[in-house]
Amino acid sequence: MRDADGGGARALARIAESGPYWKRHSKAWLALEIAALVAALAENIFVPTVEEVDNLPYRAVLGAGIAAVLILAAVSLRSERARAKLFHYAQYVFAVGVVLIVWDLATQKVAILPLPFFPSLGQILQVIVEDWEKLLVSTLYSLRLLAVGFAVGTVSGLATGVFLGWYRQVGYWVFPTVKIMSVIPATAWIPIAMILFPSSFGAEVFLIVLAVWSPVAFMTATGIAGVPKAHIEAALTLGADERFLLFRVAVPGAMPSIFIGIYTATGLSFATLVISEMLGAKAGLGWYINWAKSWSNYAAVYASIVIMAILFSIVMGLVFRLRDRALVWQKGLLK
Amino acid sequence: MSDAVAIAGSEGAIVARSIDRTYIDAYGNQVEALRGVDLDVAPGEFVSLIGPSGCGKTTLLRLIAGLDRSQGGSIFLDGRAIEGPSYERGLVFQQANLFPWETIAGNISAGLKARGVYREKRALVQRYVDMTGLRGFEKTYPHQVSGGMAQRASLARALINDPKVLLLDEPLGALDAFTRMDLQDKILELWKQRGTTTILVTHDVDEAVYLSDRIVIMTPRPGRIEEVLDVTLPRPRSRGDCGFLELRTLILEKLHFVSRKKEPEYFL
Repeated sequence: MRDADGGGARALARIAESGPYWKRHSKAWLALEIAALVAALAENIFVPTVEEVDNLPYRAVLGAGIAAVLILAAVSLRSERARAKLFHYAQYVFAVGVVLIVWDLATQKVAILPLPFFPSLGQILQVIVEDWEKLLVSTLYSLRLLAVGFAVGTVSGLATGVFLGWYRQVGYWVFPTVKIMSVIPATAWIPIAMILFPSSFGAEVFLIVLAVWSPVAFMTATGIAGVPKAHIEAALTLGADERFLLFRVAVPGAMPSIFIGIYTATGLSFATLVISEMLGAKAGLGWYINWAKSWSNYAAVYASIVIMAILFSIVMGLVFRLRDRALVWQKGLLK
Repeated sequence: MSDAVAIAGSEGAIVARSIDRTYIDAYGNQVEALRGVDLDVAPGEFVSLIGPSGCGKTTLLRLIAGLDRSQGGSIFLDGRAIEGPSYERGLVFQQANLFPWETIAGNISAGLKARGVYREKRALVQRYVDMTGLRGFEKTYPHQVSGGMAQRASLARALINDPKVLLLDEPLGALDAFTRMDLQDKILELWKQRGTTTILVTHDVDEAVYLSDRIVIMTPRPGRIEEVLDVTLPRPRSRGDCGFLELRTLILEKLHFVSRKKEPEYFL
C-alpha cells in the first residue's frame, strides 16, 4: 500500500525540474569525469601495446576532450548556462571515459577482441588521419549524391503530393500507386536502376529520389487532404480563389505532415545512399566501406562509419532546424 | 424572383424567397432543415435568427454566405442572386477559425490577400487591429490568445474586406458570459460606425434582444420562420431594463420555455 504522500511528490519534482539540464550539480562527478578522461589517456600511454598502431591521433583527441572539459569548467565560473551544461553531462562523460579504457584494453593492449575485425579507436582515428584525402573525396561524393537526390526527390514528392491531395480525381487514380510504392524499399529497384541509367551516378540518384519521393508525396497528400474544411470555408468567405486555397491554406496547413514525410525520407535516403554506393560507384562513403572490406581493413570500415555518423547527424540536424523554422507557429501548440 | 430591388443609395439588402433545404443525416434520414423560408433584411439592419438547435438558422446563414446551395428558392443580395461565397458576405464562425500558421496580424491581412489584394496595406491592417482592440497581439499566434481575442481577430479579418453583409454564426457561443457581453458591445459599436447589414445567428435570447433591430424566431422539423419581432427598445439598451426583460420573456414564451398562465398540474 502507498503512503498518503507517496509517489506524488517525487513525480511532481520530476516534472518541475524537467528542463534540459536537470542533473544535480555534483563536484564529485566533475572530478570523476576529468579523472576518467585522464585515466584513459594514461592507460593508452603507459600500458604496452601488442598491436601495430600510431596512437598520436587518439591521444590528441583525448587531450582535446580533456581541454574542452577544463575550458567549460573555467567558463562556468562566469556563465550559469555553461555550469549547468558542465554538471549535467559530467556522469555521461565519465562513462565515456570508462568505455574508452575498456575498449582500448580489450583491443590493442590485450587483444581479447582481435584484429582485423575489432580495431581500437586509436587505429580507426589513425586511418582517418592517414587516409584523409580518399575519405574527404568520398565524403564530398556522398554529399553531392545526397544533395541532388534529396532535392529532386523532395521537390517531385511535394508536387505529386499537392496534386494528389488537392484534386480528387488525381488522388483516386494515383494515390494507390503511391501507397504501394511507399512500402517498397528503394533499394529493391537496384537491378532496374542499373539498366535504366547508363552512369552509376544516375542510377544512384534515381534510387535516392525514389526513396525520398514516396514518403514526401504520401505525407504531403495526406496533409493536404486533411486540412480542416472550416479553414477552406473561412478563406472562401474572404473571397479566396483556388490558388489561394491551395497555396495559402492547404499547403501551410499540411506543413506539419509534410515535415514528417521529409524527415522519414531523410532517414531512408541515408540507407539508400550507402547501399547504392556499394554497387558500382567510384567514390563515396558507401563505396569506401566496400573497398576497405575487400582489403579486410576493418579499421577503415569503422572510419567511414564514424564520418557517416557525423555527416548524417549534421544533415538531420539541418532538417530539424528547418522544420522548427517553418513550423514556428506550432510552438507550444503541441507538447 | 425579381421582387428583390436594391434600395437606392444603400447596399446590403438580403432577400430570401421560398428557401427549401433538405439533407441526409449520418443515419441516412432525410432532414428538412428549411421549408419555404422567406426573409427580408434591409440595408444596414441588424437581424438575429434565434431558435432551438435544428431549426435551420445556421443552414440559412450558410446559404446566404454561399457555402451551401438550396434545393428550392433563391437568395439575393441587392437584387443579384447568390451563387457562391464572396467577400461581400463576410462570415464569422462559432470557433474563431483563424489560420493557425498566421499571426493575428497575418490573419487579418489574409482577409485582404484572399481576395487578391497582395500589396500589403500595413496601415489598414493596423487600423483593424486597433479597431478590434488587438493592439499588442499583432505578432502572437492564434493558439496563444484567448477565445475572445481570437474572435476579435476573426471579426477584423471579415471586416477588413468591407463586406456588404456581415454574417455572424453564434460567434460568442463558446465564450464566457463576461467576454460575451464585452464583445456584444464591440459588435454593436462597429455596426453603428459602419452601418453594415448584420445577420446574427444565436441561441442566446439576451444577446438577440440587446443587439437586434428585428428578431426572427425559427422552429425546427421542418425549419421555418415562426415569427418576426421588431425590437423598438431605444439604444443604448440596458440588460436589466423593464422593456428588455419583457421582450426577453415574450421570446422565451414563443420558444415554449416559459409559460405565463400556469396550467393546473393535476385534475381531480
